[in-house]
Amino acid sequence: MHNLTPVSGLLGGALIGLAAASLMLLTGRIAGVSGIFGGLLAWQPGDRAWRLAFVAGLIVAPLIATLAGAPLPRPAMSANLALVAVGGLLVGFGSRMGSGCTSGHGVCGFARLSVRSIAATLIFMGTAVITVAVVRHGFGS
Amino acid sequence: MPLLLACFGCGLMFGAGLLISGMTQPEKVLGFLDLFGAWDATLAFVMAGAVAVAATGFALARHRGAPVFAPGNLWPARNDIDTPLVTGAVLFGLGWGLVGICPGPALVNLAGFSLPIVVFVVAMALGMVGFGLLPTRSASSGTVNPTITSRADG
Repeated sequence: MHNLTPVSGLLGGALIGLAAASLMLLTGRIAGVSGIFGGLLAWQPGDRAWRLAFVAGLIVAPLIATLAGAPLPRPAMSANLALVAVGGLLVGFGSRMGSGCTSGHGVCGFARLSVRSIAATLIFMGTAVITVAVVRHGFGS
Repeated sequence: MPLLLACFGCGLMFGAGLLISGMTQPEKVLGFLDLFGAWDATLAFVMAGAVAVAATGFALARHRGAPVFAPGNLWPARNDIDTPLVTGAVLFGLGWGLVGICPGPALVNLAGFSLPIVVFVVAMALGMVGFGLLPTRSASSGTVNPTITSRADG
Protein backbone atom coordinates (compact mmCIF):
# COMPACT_ATOMS: atom_id res chain seq x y z
CA MET A 1 0.00 0.00 0.00
CA HIS A 2 3.06 2.29 -0.24
CA ASN A 3 1.73 3.91 -3.42
CA LEU A 4 -1.61 4.93 -1.92
CA THR A 5 -2.49 8.63 -2.28
CA PRO A 6 -5.90 8.82 -0.56
CA VAL A 7 -6.14 12.59 -0.02
CA SER A 8 -5.41 13.66 -3.61
CA GLY A 9 -7.55 10.72 -4.72
CA LEU A 10 -10.57 11.86 -2.70
CA LEU A 11 -10.06 15.53 -3.67
CA GLY A 12 -9.61 14.78 -7.38
CA GLY A 13 -12.51 12.35 -7.24
CA ALA A 14 -14.75 14.97 -5.62
CA LEU A 15 -13.83 17.37 -8.44
CA ILE A 16 -14.74 14.72 -11.02
CA GLY A 17 -18.07 14.25 -9.23
CA LEU A 18 -18.61 18.01 -9.11
CA ALA A 19 -17.99 18.18 -12.87
CA ALA A 20 -20.52 15.38 -13.50
CA ALA A 21 -23.06 17.04 -11.17
CA SER A 22 -22.52 20.45 -12.81
CA LEU A 23 -22.92 19.05 -16.32
CA MET A 24 -26.30 17.56 -15.31
CA LEU A 25 -27.46 20.63 -13.35
CA LEU A 26 -26.40 23.09 -16.07
CA THR A 27 -26.92 21.19 -19.32
CA GLY A 28 -28.92 18.06 -18.42
CA ARG A 29 -26.22 15.75 -19.82
CA ILE A 30 -24.48 12.69 -18.37
CA ALA A 31 -20.69 13.13 -18.10
CA GLY A 32 -19.73 9.93 -19.88
CA VAL A 33 -16.53 10.55 -21.80
CA SER A 34 -16.86 7.62 -24.24
CA GLY A 35 -20.42 8.68 -25.06
CA ILE A 36 -19.48 12.34 -25.49
CA PHE A 37 -16.35 11.64 -27.55
CA GLY A 38 -17.95 8.77 -29.50
CA GLY A 39 -20.91 10.98 -30.38
CA LEU A 40 -18.47 13.56 -31.67
CA LEU A 41 -17.05 10.98 -34.10
CA ALA A 42 -20.50 9.78 -35.18
CA TRP A 43 -22.27 11.99 -37.67
CA GLN A 44 -25.04 13.69 -35.70
CA PRO A 45 -25.66 17.17 -37.11
CA GLY A 46 -26.52 19.77 -34.48
CA ASP A 47 -25.30 17.61 -31.60
CA ARG A 48 -21.57 18.12 -31.85
CA ALA A 49 -20.76 21.60 -30.50
CA TRP A 50 -21.42 20.78 -26.82
CA ARG A 51 -19.43 17.53 -27.14
CA LEU A 52 -16.51 19.40 -28.70
CA ALA A 53 -16.65 22.00 -25.89
CA PHE A 54 -16.48 19.29 -23.17
CA VAL A 55 -13.62 17.42 -24.90
CA ALA A 56 -11.77 20.73 -25.38
CA GLY A 57 -12.09 21.31 -21.64
CA LEU A 58 -10.52 17.91 -20.93
CA ILE A 59 -7.57 18.61 -23.23
CA VAL A 60 -7.05 22.22 -22.05
CA ALA A 61 -7.05 21.25 -18.33
CA PRO A 62 -3.40 20.07 -18.27
CA LEU A 63 -2.36 23.10 -20.34
CA ILE A 64 -3.77 25.40 -17.65
CA ALA A 65 -2.09 23.27 -14.99
CA THR A 66 1.27 24.10 -16.59
CA LEU A 67 0.64 27.75 -15.61
CA ALA A 68 0.70 26.52 -11.99
CA GLY A 69 4.03 24.81 -12.66
CA ALA A 70 2.77 21.31 -13.44
CA PRO A 71 4.54 19.47 -16.26
CA LEU A 72 2.58 18.39 -19.34
CA PRO A 73 1.26 14.85 -18.85
CA ARG A 74 3.52 12.31 -20.48
CA PRO A 75 2.25 9.06 -18.99
CA ALA A 76 4.58 6.11 -18.51
CA MET A 77 3.14 3.63 -20.98
CA SER A 78 4.22 0.39 -22.58
CA ALA A 79 6.88 0.89 -25.26
CA ASN A 80 5.05 -1.78 -27.25
CA LEU A 81 3.00 0.46 -29.55
CA ALA A 82 1.17 -2.51 -31.09
CA LEU A 83 -0.08 -3.45 -27.61
CA VAL A 84 -1.07 0.19 -26.97
CA ALA A 85 -2.99 0.25 -30.27
CA VAL A 86 -4.81 -3.02 -29.48
CA GLY A 87 -5.70 -1.61 -26.05
CA GLY A 88 -7.02 1.59 -27.63
CA LEU A 89 -9.11 -0.30 -30.18
CA LEU A 90 -10.64 -2.47 -27.42
CA VAL A 91 -11.32 0.52 -25.17
CA GLY A 92 -12.97 2.46 -28.02
CA PHE A 93 -15.00 -0.41 -29.46
CA GLY A 94 -15.93 -1.92 -26.09
CA SER A 95 -17.02 1.36 -24.50
CA ARG A 96 -19.35 2.10 -27.42
CA MET A 97 -20.74 -1.42 -27.56
CA GLY A 98 -21.28 -1.41 -23.78
CA SER A 99 -22.72 2.15 -23.89
CA GLY A 100 -20.24 3.60 -21.42
CA CYS A 101 -16.89 3.61 -19.66
CA THR A 102 -15.45 4.41 -16.24
CA SER A 103 -17.08 7.87 -16.19
CA GLY A 104 -20.54 7.13 -17.63
CA HIS A 105 -21.09 3.70 -16.06
CA GLY A 106 -18.59 3.96 -13.20
CA VAL A 107 -19.09 7.43 -11.73
CA CYS A 108 -22.48 8.56 -13.12
CA GLY A 109 -24.07 5.09 -13.17
CA PHE A 110 -23.15 4.33 -9.56
CA ALA A 111 -24.34 7.82 -8.56
CA ARG A 112 -27.71 7.08 -10.23
CA LEU A 113 -27.79 3.57 -8.66
CA SER A 114 -28.35 2.18 -12.18
CA VAL A 115 -28.36 -1.64 -12.13
CA ARG A 116 -27.22 -1.66 -15.76
CA SER A 117 -24.25 0.63 -15.10
CA ILE A 118 -23.24 -1.13 -11.87
CA ALA A 119 -23.28 -4.47 -13.73
CA ALA A 120 -21.16 -3.02 -16.56
CA THR A 121 -18.67 -1.51 -14.08
CA LEU A 122 -18.27 -4.77 -12.14
CA ILE A 123 -17.78 -6.67 -15.42
CA PHE A 124 -15.15 -4.33 -16.88
CA MET A 125 -13.31 -4.02 -13.57
CA GLY A 126 -13.31 -7.80 -13.13
CA THR A 127 -12.07 -8.32 -16.68
CA ALA A 128 -9.35 -5.69 -16.20
CA VAL A 129 -8.21 -7.31 -12.91
CA ILE A 130 -7.93 -10.70 -14.65
CA THR A 131 -6.10 -9.10 -17.61
CA VAL A 132 -3.53 -7.45 -15.32
CA ALA A 133 -3.11 -10.68 -13.34
CA VAL A 134 -2.38 -12.62 -16.54
CA VAL A 135 -0.08 -9.96 -18.05
CA ARG A 136 1.91 -9.22 -14.85
CA HIS A 137 1.89 -12.53 -13.04
CA GLY A 138 1.27 -15.02 -15.83
CA PHE A 139 -1.70 -16.68 -14.13
CA GLY A 140 -3.27 -19.27 -16.38
CA SER A 141 -0.27 -19.52 -18.67
CA MET B 1 -23.26 30.01 -26.00
CA PRO B 2 -23.80 29.66 -22.21
CA LEU B 3 -24.42 25.95 -22.87
CA LEU B 4 -21.08 25.57 -24.64
CA LEU B 5 -19.21 27.52 -21.96
CA ALA B 6 -20.81 25.32 -19.31
CA CYS B 7 -19.73 22.16 -21.18
CA PHE B 8 -16.20 23.54 -21.58
CA GLY B 9 -16.04 24.43 -17.88
CA CYS B 10 -17.28 20.99 -16.84
CA GLY B 11 -14.72 19.34 -19.12
CA LEU B 12 -12.02 21.52 -17.57
CA MET B 13 -13.13 20.56 -14.05
CA PHE B 14 -13.37 16.88 -14.99
CA GLY B 15 -9.85 16.99 -16.45
CA ALA B 16 -8.49 18.77 -13.37
CA GLY B 17 -10.05 16.09 -11.18
CA LEU B 18 -8.42 13.33 -13.21
CA LEU B 19 -5.03 15.08 -12.99
CA ILE B 20 -5.23 15.76 -9.22
CA SER B 21 -6.44 12.23 -8.44
CA GLY B 22 -3.53 10.69 -10.35
CA MET B 23 -5.88 8.76 -12.61
CA THR B 24 -4.18 10.11 -15.74
CA GLN B 25 -1.16 7.96 -14.74
CA PRO B 26 -1.58 4.40 -16.03
CA GLU B 27 0.63 3.02 -13.24
CA LYS B 28 -1.87 4.27 -10.61
CA VAL B 29 -4.75 2.62 -12.45
CA LEU B 30 -2.86 -0.62 -13.12
CA GLY B 31 -1.71 -0.56 -9.49
CA PHE B 32 -5.36 -0.70 -8.43
CA LEU B 33 -6.21 -3.44 -10.92
CA ASP B 34 -3.16 -5.48 -9.81
CA LEU B 35 -4.69 -7.27 -6.83
CA PHE B 36 -1.78 -9.73 -6.70
CA GLY B 37 1.02 -7.15 -6.70
CA ALA B 38 1.77 -3.98 -4.67
CA TRP B 39 -1.91 -3.01 -4.54
CA ASP B 40 -2.67 0.73 -4.80
CA ALA B 41 -6.19 1.46 -3.51
CA THR B 42 -6.22 5.10 -4.70
CA LEU B 43 -8.79 4.48 -7.47
CA ALA B 44 -11.31 3.38 -4.82
CA PHE B 45 -10.90 6.75 -3.05
CA VAL B 46 -11.33 8.56 -6.38
CA MET B 47 -14.52 6.62 -7.10
CA ALA B 48 -15.86 7.20 -3.57
CA GLY B 49 -15.30 10.96 -3.80
CA ALA B 50 -16.68 11.20 -7.33
CA VAL B 51 -19.79 9.07 -6.70
CA ALA B 52 -20.65 10.85 -3.43
CA VAL B 53 -20.53 14.33 -4.99
CA ALA B 54 -22.19 13.25 -8.26
CA ALA B 55 -25.02 11.48 -6.38
CA THR B 56 -25.67 14.64 -4.35
CA GLY B 57 -25.71 16.76 -7.50
CA PHE B 58 -27.96 14.30 -9.33
CA ALA B 59 -30.44 14.29 -6.43
CA LEU B 60 -30.52 18.08 -6.66
CA ALA B 61 -30.99 17.87 -10.45
CA ARG B 62 -33.95 15.50 -10.06
CA HIS B 63 -35.44 17.86 -7.47
CA ARG B 64 -35.03 20.90 -9.73
CA GLY B 65 -36.48 19.08 -12.73
CA ALA B 66 -34.79 21.02 -15.52
CA PRO B 67 -31.20 22.16 -16.09
CA VAL B 68 -30.15 25.80 -16.33
CA PHE B 69 -29.11 25.98 -20.01
CA ALA B 70 -31.22 23.25 -21.64
CA PRO B 71 -34.91 22.29 -21.82
CA GLY B 72 -34.66 19.00 -19.89
CA ASN B 73 -32.45 16.45 -18.15
CA LEU B 74 -31.36 13.64 -20.47
CA TRP B 75 -31.30 10.77 -17.97
CA PRO B 76 -30.38 7.41 -19.49
CA ALA B 77 -33.65 5.50 -19.90
CA ARG B 78 -32.52 1.87 -19.98
CA ASN B 79 -32.05 -0.44 -17.02
CA ASP B 80 -31.73 -3.86 -18.71
CA ILE B 81 -28.57 -5.96 -18.80
CA ASP B 82 -28.29 -7.14 -22.41
CA THR B 83 -25.61 -8.96 -24.42
CA PRO B 84 -23.99 -5.83 -25.97
CA LEU B 85 -23.60 -4.33 -22.47
CA VAL B 86 -21.86 -7.45 -21.15
CA THR B 87 -19.72 -8.08 -24.27
CA GLY B 88 -18.79 -4.42 -24.55
CA ALA B 89 -17.81 -4.26 -20.88
CA VAL B 90 -15.60 -7.36 -21.26
CA LEU B 91 -13.83 -5.90 -24.34
CA PHE B 92 -13.43 -2.53 -22.61
CA GLY B 93 -12.03 -4.20 -19.47
CA LEU B 94 -9.55 -6.16 -21.59
CA GLY B 95 -8.21 -2.99 -23.24
CA TRP B 96 -8.23 -1.04 -19.96
CA GLY B 97 -6.29 -3.81 -18.21
CA LEU B 98 -3.74 -4.03 -21.05
CA VAL B 99 -2.84 -0.31 -21.06
CA GLY B 100 -4.32 1.26 -17.90
CA ILE B 101 -6.00 4.12 -19.78
CA CYS B 102 -9.70 4.79 -20.36
CA PRO B 103 -11.29 7.52 -22.53
CA GLY B 104 -11.20 10.43 -20.01
CA PRO B 105 -7.52 10.13 -19.06
CA ALA B 106 -6.66 9.41 -22.73
CA LEU B 107 -8.04 12.79 -23.82
CA VAL B 108 -6.48 14.67 -20.87
CA ASN B 109 -3.11 13.06 -21.61
CA LEU B 110 -3.41 14.07 -25.26
CA ALA B 111 -2.21 17.55 -24.23
CA GLY B 112 1.29 16.11 -23.62
CA PHE B 113 1.25 14.71 -27.19
CA SER B 114 3.55 11.78 -26.43
CA LEU B 115 3.70 9.08 -29.13
CA PRO B 116 2.04 6.25 -27.12
CA ILE B 117 -0.90 8.43 -26.10
CA VAL B 118 -1.43 9.63 -29.69
CA VAL B 119 -1.38 5.99 -30.85
CA PHE B 120 -3.87 5.08 -28.10
CA VAL B 121 -6.31 7.93 -28.87
CA VAL B 122 -6.22 7.26 -32.64
CA ALA B 123 -6.84 3.54 -32.03
CA MET B 124 -9.62 4.35 -29.54
CA ALA B 125 -11.28 6.67 -32.07
CA LEU B 126 -10.99 3.98 -34.76
CA GLY B 127 -12.58 1.45 -32.39
CA MET B 128 -15.46 3.85 -31.71
CA VAL B 129 -15.98 4.62 -35.41
CA GLY B 130 -15.69 0.90 -36.18
CA PHE B 131 -18.49 0.08 -33.77
CA GLY B 132 -20.61 2.83 -35.28
CA LEU B 133 -20.22 1.25 -38.72
CA LEU B 134 -21.71 -2.05 -37.55
CA PRO B 135 -25.37 -2.56 -38.51
CA THR B 136 -27.56 -1.90 -35.46
CA ARG B 137 -30.19 -4.35 -34.29
CA SER B 138 -32.92 -1.74 -34.17
CA ALA B 139 -32.24 -0.89 -37.83
CA SER B 140 -32.74 -4.51 -38.91
CA SER B 141 -36.23 -4.52 -37.42
CA GLY B 142 -37.15 -1.65 -39.71
CA THR B 143 -37.34 1.09 -37.10
CA VAL B 144 -34.95 3.95 -36.77
CA ASN B 145 -33.61 4.47 -33.27
CA PRO B 146 -35.84 7.35 -32.11
CA THR B 147 -33.55 8.91 -29.54
CA ILE B 148 -29.83 9.32 -29.32
CA THR B 149 -29.82 9.67 -25.57
CA SER B 150 -31.64 6.52 -24.53
CA ARG B 151 -29.04 4.34 -26.26
CA ALA B 152 -26.06 5.65 -24.34
CA ASP B 153 -25.51 5.46 -20.61
CA GLY B 154 -22.37 7.52 -20.67
